[in-house]
Amino acid sequence: MKSSIERFKRTPMPKQPPEVRIHNFNEVALGFTPEQAMNEAKRCLQCPEPKCIGGCPVEINIPLFIKQIAEGDFDAAIKTIRETNNLPAITGRVCPQEVQCEGVCVLAKRNAPIAIGALERFAADYELSKGGPKVDNIAKKTGKKVAVVGSGPAGLTVAGDLAKLGHEVTIFEALHAPGGVLAYGIPEFRLPKSILNAEVNYVKKLGVEIKLDVVIGRTLTIEELFKMGFNAVFIGTGAGSPKFLNIPGEELNGVYSANEFLTRCNLMKAYKFGEYDTPIKVGENVTVVGAGNTAMDSARTALRLGAASVTIVYRRTEAEMPARAEEVENAKEEGVKFQLLTNPVKLIGENGWVKRMECIKMQLGEADESGRRKPVPIPNSNFYFDTDQVIIAIGRYPNPIIAQTTKGLKVNKEGLIITDEYGRTNIKGIWAGGDIVTGEATVISAMGAGKKAAKDIHEYLMKL
Amino acid sequence: MYKILKKMQLCPIVYLIEVEAPLIARKNKPGQFVVLRVHEKGERIPLTIVNSDEKRGSITLIFQVVGKTTKLLSKLNEGDYIMNIVGPLGKPTEIEHYGTVVLIGGGVGAAEIYPEAKAFKAAGNYVIGIVGARTANLLILENELKQVCDEFYITTDDGSKGHHGFVSDILKQLIDKGVKIDLVYAVGPTIMMKVISNLTKPYGIKTLVSLNPIMLDATGMCGVCRVKVGGEIKFACVDGPEFDGHLVDFDLLMARQRTYLDEEKKILELYEKMEKS
Repeated sequence: MKSSIERFKRTPMPKQPPEVRIHNFNEVALGFTPEQAMNEAKRCLQCPEPKCIGGCPVEINIPLFIKQIAEGDFDAAIKTIRETNNLPAITGRVCPQEVQCEGVCVLAKRNAPIAIGALERFAADYELSKGGPKVDNIAKKTGKKVAVVGSGPAGLTVAGDLAKLGHEVTIFEALHAPGGVLAYGIPEFRLPKSILNAEVNYVKKLGVEIKLDVVIGRTLTIEELFKMGFNAVFIGTGAGSPKFLNIPGEELNGVYSANEFLTRCNLMKAYKFGEYDTPIKVGENVTVVGAGNTAMDSARTALRLGAASVTIVYRRTEAEMPARAEEVENAKEEGVKFQLLTNPVKLIGENGWVKRMECIKMQLGEADESGRRKPVPIPNSNFYFDTDQVIIAIGRYPNPIIAQTTKGLKVNKEGLIITDEYGRTNIKGIWAGGDIVTGEATVISAMGAGKKAAKDIHEYLMKL
Repeated sequence: MYKILKKMQLCPIVYLIEVEAPLIARKNKPGQFVVLRVHEKGERIPLTIVNSDEKRGSITLIFQVVGKTTKLLSKLNEGDYIMNIVGPLGKPTEIEHYGTVVLIGGGVGAAEIYPEAKAFKAAGNYVIGIVGARTANLLILENELKQVCDEFYITTDDGSKGHHGFVSDILKQLIDKGVKIDLVYAVGPTIMMKVISNLTKPYGIKTLVSLNPIMLDATGMCGVCRVKVGGEIKFACVDGPEFDGHLVDFDLLMARQRTYLDEEKKILELYEKMEKS
């Protein structure tokens, strides 16, 4: 039995030191050693009625896999995780554990929840180091064909689950690389592409075919997919359309959507410009608007590209920031500045390039429908500062192409596809899940939606 | 991987390639484009689809060599492969019976009005074609366009062929002669599209332009192609690339097109240096 002092002390995640990591794109968090993992796992109280499982959108049997790690049986641990999670090396890195499994951990009350995410990652990385997941337990071929639109977390999950059940699955991806937001959005220093590729390869090994360079709605329509012999279609096209502030000056050169900035860097590898052909600009004084994960990713990418100073401008306070706590912490350590309770009102240019930003100070008023206190401008509090690059990271709309090209498909006024709890759309044979249904959310919630839909699609297919 | 079936050099700086891309060929309509990536480390660039042949499962692209990517593309030969091609992207041209349609192509824009000319002709329009180039040996698709158009004019900046001057001069002459023009469709350098739109505006002649801003994913995901049309921000890749020329903020577009001039120059120089050594 561990002593109580150790029980309430979280094993810290080894990381690259800030002064080193701001000069490279390598992963920041280095992962537990086996010893660290076992020590951390031994802190788990093995609650008789564990809360953590319910906190996980894909309901991983968390106490069991942690017990297995504590016992040093890492093979068993990853097997437990893989029973409900196809992409553990990814979720172990990018899930907002503090509001999910770790948030409901009993030890959270003592500010020391079990590092479930780090342990999940440990088990997944252990498996990858042993040559990757084994492909077994694939059911007999059913002869049923499923088309999955989009290769992000929702699509990969649906595809993997249905392939395991013996269905023939094809993923259609618009970009030239699979992964969706995992490929274009999340930087190398948070989710290395080698990890993403390993997880994608696992899904391929399950028998899933991934067709790149196909924009459903343009290259092929959903109607045509049915004509081609697919029995069911899952839409997981995500929230890919960038929101802008709609303030004067946003069209100036040097103003980027976070999607553009991150896509250039992550998907196109513009940080290796010279070896790679896609260019990217980096300013001296970079301003990132917004405080979600995408904003943190953009700010930290700008630092690594060589910006002298990077400032996050956010209209609420730190308590309301939607980013993972760990990423905010990492950003601070790396020297990202935070200008809180501040909202941009105008971008001012010189010869077509952004040079200054006009902002207004905000204060928090009554709670809004999201439960967060609503920021209200303080009259006559406008102020200016110099900035030569602005990255807008205030969220994304759903991509409208599918809705525009699929006759009769019901969407709400924001353009999000309307589904029931199983992910069924109003059209028979078509399911949807992930950000295209919920609006911007997390990788794991998209995977959760994918799991539910896969189960329902399977039942549907077996009745055909 | 997409196989090059045919390659032709149309003039010293412009090439035509026919590429195997059956899915795109099946869907393509005039006005649409593809995005391609030549190699594993390459950038994504948009190119208008000039022709598609459903039976051969191929599309035809015409491009001018301006930077590293188009230079690399020009080095590929029949039988070689292009890494990625995605499309057809953008909204197709709304082909209708307008009456008299004037199609104007500047430089490599002449290639882009070719599919439009065929489609407008097939829809029963009287089609007038005007193409312009810096000099006679840079003119492309002259014969092809001549065959489709009811009237066809050539202009060169140096007077080496056709009218000595700009495409806008011919359009002005047609307007002055009292030709009733129902639609002007212009593709070419942004400054040319601006001049044409300014010319037709006082006469109230409907004018469509096909814009060529910088693009990245070209599926509405990044917003780099944003243009101001009638005071509103539009994404050229999904809302366009065609817009009402009278509403487009061309000066803004020209400024945005210059964003990466330094980097484009640098990467081309690096490539040329590497080529030599």
